[in-house]
Amino acid sequence: MEDKVKIIEIKKSVFAANEKTADDLREELKQKGVFLLNVMSSPGSGKTTTLVELINALKDKIKIAVMEADIDSDVDALTVAKKTGVQSIQLHTGGMCHLDAEMTSQGLNGLSNLDDLDLVILENVGNLVCPAEFDTGAVTSLTILSVPEGDDKPLKYPLMYQVCSLVVINKIDVLPYFTFDVAKCKENIKMRNPNAEVIEISALKKEGIDKLADWVLKQVKNWKENK
Amino acid sequence: MHELGIVFHIIKQVEEVANKNSVKEVTKVVLEIGEVSGVVPKYLHDCWKWAVENRSEHMKNCALEVISLKATSYCKDCERMYDTVKSGRICPYCQSKNTYLVTGNEVSIKHIEVKDEN
Repeated sequence: MEDKVKIIEIKKSVFAANEKTADDLREELKQKGVFLLNVMSSPGSGKTTTLVELINALKDKIKIAVMEADIDSDVDALTVAKKTGVQSIQLHTGGMCHLDAEMTSQGLNGLSNLDDLDLVILENVGNLVCPAEFDTGAVTSLTILSVPEGDDKPLKYPLMYQVCSLVVINKIDVLPYFTFDVAKCKENIKMRNPNAEVIEISALKKEGIDKLADWVLKQVKNWKENK
Repeated sequence: MHELGIVFHIIKQVEEVANKNSVKEVTKVVLEIGEVSGVVPKYLHDCWKWAVENRSEHMKNCALEVISLKATSYCKDCERMYDTVKSGRICPYCQSKNTYLVTGNEVSIKHIEVKDEN
């Protein structure tokens, strides 16, 4: 006798469960007054160097901690801790190419003084695809694009540039050696995300860090006032 | 790699439905994937077999079907629909940036097929 088949309608987004967890986490952090900033980019764009400079510019004004997400190793967490002195923990994704809201929540629980913090920066896995699809529970996201990667990245990885509110163009000190066109890049970003702001920096030469720090401070302040 | 993460989330959600409905075997999962969702159906299929065999309980021989959904956007200024893949966020009729995506971003589980024990 042949098995009968029954159909069960689901009609639900694959990301629905993660989005629910992310919304719950956002609400919990709002109650605590902790701003979670998600930082995304490709590997080697200078995320860690940028964060070190950003944290050093902000750490006297607000209380900060960092969560470094990587597939393996703890080099980033150690670098940030050594160069900034703020609390820094390493999250391992166990082979996965992104962090989801549940992993982020577990990471936050690993911070010793979460309630006292103003800002937690999450350095997501270096990858231009997957991290954009999984809501981490962050208030907002910024994406770093470095000059050697090319000005066409927003065209190739549209979602990454759609889900962020700021694009940081890093390594502008090497512009003379590359065919990177800043105006063209900004145009490409606007095409994908008309509301995105753009800040140009060189983390290595410490250029533009003040602008980036002001942007982050403004985000945290506005969010705290509107809660 | 990105599709594998998505497959894990699909398995998790389908297993929850299977448990809730006391289902012993899920034979097929039907997904709806939008054209600009960033999910590539071919890669979903590539990692599906391995994932259901190794990471599921009630889906060991489960088939996967993907229905592709077209990407369309709406322009709030000239009130027209257009093809998102061709024009992106800028309206091809009036060049306005005041547009939004209507369909095409879906990554959804439409339905599942299960063995009816009764």
